Amino acid sequence: MAAAGQEQTVSDYIVHHLTNLTYGKLPEGFERYDGETVAAGGQWTFAHGADEIAAMGFNAIHVDSLGWSIGLGIIFCALFRWVAVRASAETPSGLINFIEMIVEFIDNQVKDTFHGNNKLIAPLSLTIFVWVFLMNLMDLIPVDVVPELMMLAGVEYQKIVPSTDPNITMGMAIGVFVLMLFYSIKVKGFGFVKELTMNPFNHWAFIPVNLFMEVVGLLAKPFSLGLRLFGNMYAGEMIFILIAALFSAGIFWLLPAALLQIGWAIFHILVITLQAFIFMVLTIVYLSMAHEDH
Amino acid sequence: MNINLTIIGQILAFIAFVAFCMRYVWPPILAAMEERQQKIADGLAAADRASHDLELAQKEAVDRLSEAKKEAASIVEAANKRAATVVDEAKVAAVAEADRVKELASAEVEREKAQAKEQLLTQVSALAIAGAEKVLAAEIDADKHAALLEQLVKEQ
Repeated sequence: MAAAGQEQTVSDYIVHHLTNLTYGKLPEGFERYDGETVAAGGQWTFAHGADEIAAMGFNAIHVDSLGWSIGLGIIFCALFRWVAVRASAETPSGLINFIEMIVEFIDNQVKDTFHGNNKLIAPLSLTIFVWVFLMNLMDLIPVDVVPELMMLAGVEYQKIVPSTDPNITMGMAIGVFVLMLFYSIKVKGFGFVKELTMNPFNHWAFIPVNLFMEVVGLLAKPFSLGLRLFGNMYAGEMIFILIAALFSAGIFWLLPAALLQIGWAIFHILVITLQAFIFMVLTIVYLSMAHEDH
Repeated sequence: MNINLTIIGQILAFIAFVAFCMRYVWPPILAAMEERQQKIADGLAAADRASHDLELAQKEAVDRLSEAKKEAASIVEAANKRAATVVDEAKVAAVAEADRVKELASAEVEREKAQAKEQLLTQVSALAIAGAEKVLAAEIDADKHAALLEQLVKEQ
Protein backbone atom coordinates (compact mmCIF):
# COMPACT_ATOMS: atom_id res chain seq x y z
CA MET A 1 0.00 0.00 0.00
CA ALA A 2 2.62 2.51 1.02
CA ALA A 3 4.53 4.20 -1.72
CA ALA A 4 8.24 4.00 -1.05
CA GLY A 5 9.58 6.44 1.49
CA GLN A 6 6.65 8.76 1.87
CA GLU A 7 3.70 9.14 4.20
CA GLN A 8 0.50 8.03 2.53
CA THR A 9 -2.98 9.07 3.46
CA VAL A 10 -6.14 7.08 2.75
CA SER A 11 -7.05 9.63 0.14
CA ASP A 12 -3.68 9.16 -1.59
CA TYR A 13 -4.24 5.44 -1.50
CA ILE A 14 -7.65 5.75 -3.12
CA VAL A 15 -6.50 8.22 -5.74
CA HIS A 16 -3.56 5.98 -6.54
CA HIS A 17 -5.88 3.06 -7.07
CA LEU A 18 -8.17 5.04 -9.30
CA THR A 19 -5.41 6.37 -11.55
CA ASN A 20 -4.85 4.67 -14.86
CA LEU A 21 -1.47 3.81 -16.24
CA THR A 22 -1.52 6.45 -18.95
CA TYR A 23 0.72 6.72 -21.95
CA GLY A 24 0.28 9.98 -23.80
CA LYS A 25 1.69 13.07 -25.37
CA LEU A 26 2.68 15.91 -23.07
CA PRO A 27 2.39 19.34 -24.65
CA GLU A 28 5.37 21.48 -25.39
CA GLY A 29 6.65 23.50 -22.48
CA PHE A 30 4.93 21.44 -19.79
CA GLU A 31 6.91 21.16 -16.59
CA ARG A 32 7.11 17.53 -15.55
CA TYR A 33 6.94 16.02 -12.04
CA ASP A 34 10.73 15.95 -11.80
CA GLY A 35 11.17 19.58 -12.91
CA GLU A 36 12.09 18.86 -16.53
CA THR A 37 10.43 20.85 -19.25
CA VAL A 38 8.94 19.10 -22.24
CA ALA A 39 10.88 19.85 -25.41
CA ALA A 40 9.46 21.30 -28.59
CA GLY A 41 6.94 19.13 -30.43
CA GLY A 42 5.72 17.52 -27.24
CA GLN A 43 6.73 14.17 -25.77
CA TRP A 44 5.09 10.72 -25.67
CA THR A 45 5.62 9.22 -22.25
CA PHE A 46 3.97 7.54 -19.27
CA ALA A 47 2.19 10.06 -17.06
CA HIS A 48 3.15 10.65 -13.44
CA GLY A 49 0.24 11.96 -11.46
CA ALA A 50 -3.05 13.58 -12.24
CA ASP A 51 -1.58 16.85 -13.54
CA GLU A 52 0.30 15.17 -16.33
CA ILE A 53 -2.70 13.06 -17.27
CA ALA A 54 -4.82 16.21 -17.41
CA ALA A 55 -2.20 17.91 -19.55
CA MET A 56 -2.18 15.02 -22.01
CA GLY A 57 -5.86 15.51 -22.74
CA PHE A 58 -7.20 13.34 -25.55
CA ASN A 59 -3.77 12.26 -26.78
CA ALA A 60 -3.39 9.51 -24.24
CA ILE A 61 -4.05 5.83 -23.86
CA HIS A 62 -4.96 4.02 -20.66
CA VAL A 63 -2.49 1.22 -21.20
CA ASP A 64 -3.80 -0.79 -18.27
CA SER A 65 -7.52 -0.59 -19.16
CA LEU A 66 -6.97 -1.24 -22.83
CA GLY A 67 -4.39 -3.91 -22.16
CA TRP A 68 -6.56 -5.85 -19.74
CA SER A 69 -9.57 -5.32 -21.96
CA ILE A 70 -7.84 -6.68 -25.07
CA GLY A 71 -6.20 -9.44 -23.05
CA LEU A 72 -9.57 -10.57 -21.69
CA GLY A 73 -11.05 -10.28 -25.17
CA ILE A 74 -8.31 -12.56 -26.47
CA ILE A 75 -9.00 -15.01 -23.62
CA PHE A 76 -12.66 -14.98 -24.62
CA CYS A 77 -11.87 -15.56 -28.30
CA ALA A 78 -9.30 -18.25 -27.58
CA LEU A 79 -11.56 -20.09 -25.15
CA PHE A 80 -14.61 -20.02 -27.38
CA ARG A 81 -12.60 -20.80 -30.49
CA TRP A 82 -11.10 -23.80 -28.66
CA VAL A 83 -14.60 -25.01 -27.95
CA ALA A 84 -15.89 -24.15 -31.43
CA VAL A 85 -13.19 -26.34 -32.97
CA ARG A 86 -14.07 -29.24 -30.69
CA ALA A 87 -17.84 -28.85 -30.69
CA SER A 88 -19.57 -31.72 -32.41
CA ALA A 89 -22.88 -33.51 -32.33
CA GLU A 90 -21.38 -36.05 -29.95
CA THR A 91 -22.05 -35.89 -26.22
CA PRO A 92 -20.40 -32.68 -24.96
CA SER A 93 -18.37 -32.80 -21.78
CA GLY A 94 -16.88 -30.46 -19.22
CA LEU A 95 -15.82 -27.11 -20.57
CA ILE A 96 -17.51 -27.63 -23.94
CA ASN A 97 -20.77 -28.27 -22.14
CA PHE A 98 -20.38 -25.12 -20.08
CA ILE A 99 -19.56 -22.94 -23.10
CA GLU A 100 -22.46 -24.41 -25.04
CA MET A 101 -24.72 -23.62 -22.11
CA ILE A 102 -23.67 -19.96 -22.34
CA VAL A 103 -24.12 -19.93 -26.10
CA GLU A 104 -27.57 -21.47 -25.80
CA PHE A 105 -28.53 -18.98 -23.11
CA ILE A 106 -27.50 -16.07 -25.35
CA ASP A 107 -29.20 -17.63 -28.33
CA ASN A 108 -32.46 -17.90 -26.39
CA GLN A 109 -32.18 -14.31 -25.18
CA VAL A 110 -31.66 -13.09 -28.73
CA LYS A 111 -34.48 -15.22 -30.10
CA ASP A 112 -36.84 -13.97 -27.40
CA THR A 113 -36.17 -10.30 -28.08
CA PHE A 114 -35.01 -10.00 -31.65
CA HIS A 115 -37.33 -11.33 -34.30
CA GLY A 116 -35.54 -10.26 -37.46
CA ASN A 117 -33.01 -12.19 -39.44
CA ASN A 118 -29.60 -10.85 -38.57
CA LYS A 119 -26.49 -12.95 -38.28
CA LEU A 120 -24.64 -10.29 -36.30
CA ILE A 121 -26.85 -9.85 -33.25
CA ALA A 122 -26.22 -13.22 -31.61
CA PRO A 123 -22.41 -13.29 -31.85
CA LEU A 124 -22.41 -9.60 -30.88
CA SER A 125 -24.44 -10.40 -27.78
CA LEU A 126 -22.22 -13.33 -26.91
CA THR A 127 -19.09 -11.20 -27.25
CA ILE A 128 -20.59 -8.42 -25.15
CA PHE A 129 -21.85 -10.72 -22.42
CA VAL A 130 -18.71 -12.77 -21.98
CA TRP A 131 -16.26 -9.95 -22.53
CA VAL A 132 -18.02 -7.56 -20.15
CA PHE A 133 -18.39 -10.37 -17.63
CA LEU A 134 -14.66 -11.11 -17.79
CA MET A 135 -13.83 -7.41 -17.46
CA ASN A 136 -16.15 -7.14 -14.46
CA LEU A 137 -14.70 -10.32 -13.02
CA MET A 138 -11.37 -8.54 -12.57
CA ASP A 139 -13.16 -6.65 -9.83
CA LEU A 140 -13.09 -9.77 -7.67
CA ILE A 141 -9.32 -9.93 -7.65
CA PRO A 142 -8.26 -8.29 -4.36
CA VAL A 143 -7.65 -4.63 -5.17
CA ASP A 144 -4.04 -4.51 -4.05
CA VAL A 145 -2.64 -7.68 -5.56
CA VAL A 146 -1.99 -6.66 -9.14
CA PRO A 147 -1.10 -2.99 -8.48
CA GLU A 148 1.41 -3.99 -5.80
CA LEU A 149 2.99 -6.63 -8.04
CA MET A 150 3.14 -4.08 -10.83
CA MET A 151 4.80 -1.56 -8.53
CA LEU A 152 7.40 -4.18 -7.67
CA ALA A 153 7.95 -4.50 -11.41
CA GLY A 154 8.37 -0.73 -11.65
CA VAL A 155 4.96 0.21 -13.04
CA GLU A 156 3.50 2.99 -10.98
CA TYR A 157 -0.22 2.75 -11.71
CA GLN A 158 -2.39 -0.18 -12.53
CA LYS A 159 -6.17 -0.28 -12.76
CA ILE A 160 -7.11 -3.81 -13.63
CA VAL A 161 -10.89 -3.55 -14.03
CA PRO A 162 -11.41 -2.24 -17.57
CA SER A 163 -15.12 -1.67 -17.03
CA THR A 164 -14.35 0.96 -14.37
CA ASP A 165 -12.91 3.06 -17.18
CA PRO A 166 -15.55 5.09 -19.05
CA ASN A 167 -13.40 4.89 -22.20
CA ILE A 168 -13.90 1.14 -22.27
CA THR A 169 -17.62 1.10 -21.54
CA MET A 170 -18.38 4.08 -23.76
CA GLY A 171 -16.24 2.56 -26.50
CA MET A 172 -18.47 -0.49 -26.55
CA ALA A 173 -21.60 1.65 -26.23
CA ILE A 174 -20.53 3.75 -29.21
CA GLY A 175 -19.91 0.57 -31.18
CA VAL A 176 -23.47 -0.51 -30.41
CA PHE A 177 -24.76 3.01 -31.20
CA VAL A 178 -23.12 2.96 -34.63
CA LEU A 179 -24.77 -0.38 -35.31
CA MET A 180 -28.12 1.07 -34.18
CA LEU A 181 -27.77 3.97 -36.62
CA PHE A 182 -26.59 1.65 -39.38
CA TYR A 183 -29.50 -0.75 -39.06
CA SER A 184 -32.03 2.05 -38.54
CA ILE A 185 -31.03 3.59 -41.85
CA LYS A 186 -30.60 0.26 -43.60
CA VAL A 187 -33.94 -1.19 -42.50
CA LYS A 188 -36.12 1.90 -42.37
CA GLY A 189 -34.41 4.17 -44.86
CA PHE A 190 -36.36 7.39 -45.02
CA GLY A 191 -38.65 6.00 -42.33
CA PHE A 192 -35.87 6.63 -39.86
CA VAL A 193 -35.94 10.35 -40.63
CA LYS A 194 -39.70 10.29 -40.31
CA GLU A 195 -39.38 8.50 -36.98
CA LEU A 196 -37.09 11.26 -35.74
CA THR A 197 -39.24 14.13 -36.97
CA MET A 198 -42.86 12.99 -36.81
CA ASN A 199 -42.88 11.40 -33.35
CA PRO A 200 -44.52 11.86 -30.91
CA PHE A 201 -46.50 14.77 -32.48
CA ASN A 202 -47.49 13.84 -35.97
CA HIS A 203 -47.69 17.32 -37.46
CA TRP A 204 -45.18 19.26 -39.56
CA ALA A 205 -45.30 22.24 -37.20
CA PHE A 206 -43.86 20.10 -34.42
CA ILE A 207 -40.85 18.89 -36.42
CA PRO A 208 -38.27 20.90 -34.38
CA VAL A 209 -39.76 19.74 -31.09
CA ASN A 210 -39.99 16.16 -32.26
CA LEU A 211 -36.47 16.22 -33.63
CA PHE A 212 -35.09 17.58 -30.39
CA MET A 213 -36.91 15.01 -28.27
CA GLU A 214 -36.10 12.07 -30.50
CA VAL A 215 -32.44 12.98 -30.87
CA VAL A 216 -32.08 13.36 -27.13
CA GLY A 217 -33.79 10.00 -26.71
CA LEU A 218 -31.54 8.44 -29.30
CA LEU A 219 -28.35 9.86 -27.82
CA ALA A 220 -29.42 8.82 -24.34
CA LYS A 221 -29.24 5.18 -25.39
CA PRO A 222 -25.45 4.79 -25.79
CA PHE A 223 -24.89 6.93 -22.70
CA SER A 224 -27.25 4.90 -20.58
CA LEU A 225 -25.62 1.75 -21.90
CA GLY A 226 -22.03 2.76 -21.30
CA LEU A 227 -22.42 4.86 -18.17
CA ARG A 228 -24.61 2.33 -16.38
CA LEU A 229 -21.91 -0.29 -16.62
CA PHE A 230 -19.20 2.20 -15.78
CA GLY A 231 -21.12 3.62 -12.82
CA ASN A 232 -21.91 0.26 -11.30
CA MET A 233 -18.43 -1.11 -11.69
CA TYR A 234 -16.76 2.09 -10.58
CA ALA A 235 -18.87 2.24 -7.44
CA GLY A 236 -18.22 -1.42 -6.74
CA GLU A 237 -14.49 -0.98 -7.19
CA MET A 238 -14.59 2.11 -4.99
CA ILE A 239 -16.21 0.16 -2.18
CA PHE A 240 -13.61 -2.59 -2.51
CA ILE A 241 -10.90 0.07 -2.23
CA LEU A 242 -12.58 1.64 0.81
CA ILE A 243 -12.85 -1.75 2.49
CA ALA A 244 -9.20 -2.38 1.67
CA ALA A 245 -8.34 1.01 3.19
CA LEU A 246 -10.18 -0.06 6.33
CA PHE A 247 -7.57 -2.77 6.90
CA SER A 248 -5.03 -0.08 7.60
CA ALA A 249 -7.25 1.61 10.21
CA GLY A 250 -6.03 -0.57 13.06
CA ILE A 251 -6.01 -4.12 14.32
CA PHE A 252 -9.61 -3.97 15.58
CA TRP A 253 -10.80 -3.29 12.08
CA LEU A 254 -9.28 -6.46 10.64
CA LEU A 255 -12.22 -8.74 11.31
CA PRO A 256 -15.03 -6.36 10.30
CA ALA A 257 -13.08 -5.37 7.21
CA ALA A 258 -12.56 -9.01 6.28
CA LEU A 259 -16.26 -9.75 6.76
CA LEU A 260 -17.22 -6.71 4.70
CA GLN A 261 -14.76 -7.75 2.03
CA ILE A 262 -16.25 -11.24 1.80
CA GLY A 263 -19.81 -9.96 1.90
CA TRP A 264 -19.26 -7.36 -0.78
CA ALA A 265 -17.37 -9.83 -2.96
CA ILE A 266 -20.22 -12.33 -2.77
CA PHE A 267 -22.74 -9.63 -3.56
CA HIS A 268 -20.51 -8.44 -6.36
CA ILE A 269 -20.62 -11.83 -8.06
CA LEU A 270 -24.28 -11.05 -8.63
CA VAL A 271 -23.59 -7.47 -9.71
CA ILE A 272 -20.94 -8.29 -12.30
CA THR A 273 -23.08 -10.96 -13.90
CA LEU A 274 -26.14 -8.77 -13.83
CA GLN A 275 -24.33 -5.80 -15.37
CA ALA A 276 -22.92 -7.94 -18.17
CA PHE A 277 -26.40 -9.34 -18.74
CA ILE A 278 -28.03 -5.88 -18.74
CA PHE A 279 -25.50 -4.52 -21.21
CA MET A 280 -26.20 -7.47 -23.50
CA VAL A 281 -29.98 -7.34 -23.18
CA LEU A 282 -30.09 -3.60 -23.80
CA THR A 283 -27.90 -4.05 -26.85
CA ILE A 284 -30.36 -6.61 -28.22
CA VAL A 285 -33.32 -4.41 -27.36
CA TYR A 286 -31.82 -1.30 -28.97
CA LEU A 287 -30.85 -3.17 -32.12
CA SER A 288 -34.25 -4.80 -32.18
CA MET A 289 -35.85 -1.34 -32.02
CA ALA A 290 -33.57 -0.24 -34.85
CA HIS A 291 -34.99 -3.08 -36.96
CA GLU A 292 -38.63 -2.39 -36.23
CA ASP A 293 -40.47 -0.36 -38.78
CA HIS A 294 -43.41 1.61 -37.49
CA MET B 1 -11.79 9.49 -15.76
CA ASN B 2 -10.62 11.21 -18.88
CA ILE B 3 -11.98 10.37 -22.26
CA ASN B 4 -8.99 9.87 -24.53
CA LEU B 5 -7.60 7.67 -27.27
CA THR B 6 -8.44 4.61 -25.19
CA ILE B 7 -12.01 4.89 -26.41
CA ILE B 8 -10.86 4.57 -30.04
CA GLY B 9 -8.73 1.59 -29.11
CA GLN B 10 -11.63 -0.03 -27.35
CA ILE B 11 -13.95 0.51 -30.34
CA LEU B 12 -11.40 -1.13 -32.64
CA ALA B 13 -10.91 -4.03 -30.23
CA PHE B 14 -14.66 -4.38 -29.92
CA ILE B 15 -15.08 -4.57 -33.70
CA ALA B 16 -12.25 -7.09 -33.97
CA PHE B 17 -13.59 -9.39 -31.25
CA VAL B 18 -17.16 -9.25 -32.53
CA ALA B 19 -15.95 -10.00 -36.05
CA PHE B 20 -13.89 -12.91 -34.78
CA CYS B 21 -16.80 -14.24 -32.76
CA MET B 22 -19.16 -13.87 -35.71
CA ARG B 23 -16.78 -15.59 -38.11
CA TYR B 24 -15.06 -18.29 -36.08
CA VAL B 25 -16.94 -18.89 -32.84
CA TRP B 26 -20.69 -18.59 -33.19
CA PRO B 27 -21.38 -20.56 -36.40
CA PRO B 28 -19.48 -23.77 -35.54
CA ILE B 29 -20.82 -23.94 -31.98
CA LEU B 30 -24.38 -23.32 -33.07
CA ALA B 31 -24.06 -25.73 -35.99
CA ALA B 32 -22.82 -28.44 -33.64
CA MET B 33 -25.64 -27.75 -31.20
CA GLU B 34 -28.27 -27.81 -33.93
CA GLU B 35 -26.84 -31.00 -35.34
CA ARG B 36 -26.99 -32.58 -31.90
CA GLN B 37 -30.54 -31.37 -31.41
CA GLN B 38 -31.49 -32.94 -34.72
CA LYS B 39 -29.76 -36.15 -33.72
CA ILE B 40 -31.56 -36.27 -30.40
CA ALA B 41 -34.88 -35.52 -32.06
CA ASP B 42 -34.25 -38.29 -34.57
CA GLY B 43 -33.28 -40.65 -31.79
CA LEU B 44 -36.41 -39.86 -29.82
CA ALA B 45 -38.56 -40.30 -32.91
CA ALA B 46 -36.87 -43.62 -33.62
CA ALA B 47 -37.45 -44.72 -30.04
CA ASP B 48 -41.10 -43.73 -30.36
CA ARG B 49 -41.41 -45.65 -33.57
CA ALA B 50 -39.68 -48.66 -32.06
CA SER B 51 -41.96 -48.73 -29.04
CA HIS B 52 -44.95 -48.37 -31.34
CA ASP B 53 -43.65 -51.24 -33.45
CA LEU B 54 -43.09 -53.28 -30.33
CA GLU B 55 -46.66 -52.65 -29.24
CA LEU B 56 -47.96 -53.72 -32.63
CA ALA B 57 -45.76 -56.80 -32.61
CA GLN B 58 -46.95 -57.72 -29.14
CA LYS B 59 -50.55 -57.34 -30.19
CA GLU B 60 -49.93 -59.43 -33.25
CA ALA B 61 -48.15 -62.06 -31.20
CA VAL B 62 -51.09 -62.24 -28.83
CA ASP B 63 -53.49 -62.46 -31.76
CA ARG B 64 -51.48 -65.20 -33.39
CA LEU B 65 -51.17 -67.09 -30.16
CA SER B 66 -54.89 -67.07 -29.52
CA GLU B 67 -55.50 -68.03 -33.14
CA ALA B 68 -53.07 -70.89 -32.84
CA LYS B 69 -54.71 -71.99 -29.62
CA LYS B 70 -58.10 -71.92 -31.27
CA GLU B 71 -56.75 -73.85 -34.21
CA ALA B 72 -55.11 -76.39 -31.95
CA ALA B 73 -58.32 -76.80 -30.01
CA SER B 74 -60.30 -77.33 -33.18
CA ILE B 75 -57.71 -79.80 -34.43
CA VAL B 76 -57.90 -81.76 -31.20
CA GLU B 77 -61.68 -81.70 -31.36
CA ALA B 78 -61.67 -82.90 -34.95
CA ALA B 79 -59.20 -85.59 -34.06
CA ASN B 80 -61.33 -86.71 -31.13
CA LYS B 81 -64.38 -86.81 -33.34
CA ARG B 82 -62.50 -88.67 -36.00
CA ALA B 83 -61.17 -91.12 -33.43
CA ALA B 84 -64.70 -91.71 -32.14
CA THR B 85 -66.00 -92.31 -35.63
CA VAL B 86 -63.08 -94.60 -36.41
CA VAL B 87 -63.76 -96.58 -33.27
CA ASP B 88 -67.48 -96.71 -34.10
CA GLU B 89 -66.77 -97.75 -37.65
CA ALA B 90 -64.36 -100.38 -36.41
CA LYS B 91 -66.95 -101.64 -33.97
CA VAL B 92 -69.60 -101.84 -36.65
CA ALA B 93 -67.17 -103.48 -39.04
CA ALA B 94 -66.10 -105.94 -36.38
CA VAL B 95 -69.65 -106.77 -35.51
CA ALA B 96 -70.48 -107.17 -39.19
CA GLU B 97 -67.40 -109.31 -39.69
CA ALA B 98 -68.27 -111.37 -36.68
CA ASP B 99 -71.82 -111.80 -37.97
CA ARG B 100 -70.53 -112.71 -41.36
CA VAL B 101 -68.09 -115.26 -39.93
CA LYS B 102 -70.80 -116.62 -37.70
CA GLU B 103 -73.19 -116.85 -40.58
CA LEU B 104 -70.57 -118.46 -42.74
CA ALA B 105 -69.78 -120.94 -40.02
CA SER B 106 -73.41 -121.76 -39.36
CA ALA B 107 -74.02 -122.14 -43.09
CA GLU B 108 -71.08 -124.51 -43.25
CA VAL B 109 -72.38 -126.37 -40.28
CA GLU B 110 -75.79 -126.49 -41.90
CA ARG B 111 -74.35 -127.65 -45.17
CA GLU B 112 -72.22 -130.30 -43.49
CA LYS B 113 -75.20 -131.40 -41.43
CA ALA B 114 -77.26 -131.74 -44.59
CA GLN B 115 -74.45 -133.58 -46.30
CA ALA B 116 -74.02 -135.87 -43.33
CA LYS B 117 -77.76 -136.45 -43.21
CA GLU B 118 -77.78 -137.20 -46.89
CA GLN B 119 -74.82 -139.52 -46.52
CA LEU B 120 -76.40 -141.08 -43.54
CA LEU B 121 -79.65 -141.57 -45.45
CA THR B 122 -77.77 -142.96 -48.42
CA GLN B 123 -75.87 -145.30 -46.15
CA VAL B 124 -79.01 -146.21 -44.23
CA SER B 125 -80.86 -146.88 -47.47
CA ALA B 126 -77.88 -148.79 -48.78
CA LEU B 127 -77.80 -150.71 -45.54
CA ALA B 128 -81.56 -151.27 -45.76
CA ILE B 129 -81.20 -152.34 -49.33
CA ALA B 130 -78.33 -154.58 -48.32
CA GLY B 131 -80.48 -156.01 -45.53
CA ALA B 132 -83.45 -156.30 -47.71
CA GLU B 133 -81.20 -157.79 -50.42
CA LYS B 134 -80.08 -160.31 -47.91
CA VAL B 135 -83.66 -160.96 -46.81
CA LEU B 136 -85.16 -160.95 -50.18
CA ALA B 137 -82.15 -162.28 -51.99
CA ALA B 138 -83.97 -165.17 -53.25
CA GLU B 139 -87.20 -163.75 -54.32
CA ILE B 140 -86.58 -160.17 -55.03
CA ASP B 141 -84.68 -158.97 -57.97
CA ALA B 142 -82.17 -156.41 -56.75
CA ASP B 143 -82.13 -154.31 -59.84
CA LYS B 144 -85.89 -154.16 -59.98
CA HIS B 145 -86.37 -153.11 -56.36
CA ALA B 146 -83.36 -150.77 -56.29
CA ALA B 147 -85.16 -148.40 -58.57
CA LEU B 148 -88.13 -148.57 -56.30
CA LEU B 149 -86.09 -147.81 -53.20
CA GLU B 150 -84.29 -145.06 -54.96
CA GLN B 151 -87.57 -143.43 -55.62
CA LEU B 152 -88.53 -143.84 -52.02
CA VAL B 153 -85.38 -142.10 -50.84
CA LYS B 154 -86.09 -139.27 -53.12
CA GLU B 155 -89.55 -138.90 -51.78
CA GLN B 156 -88.25 -138.60 -48.25
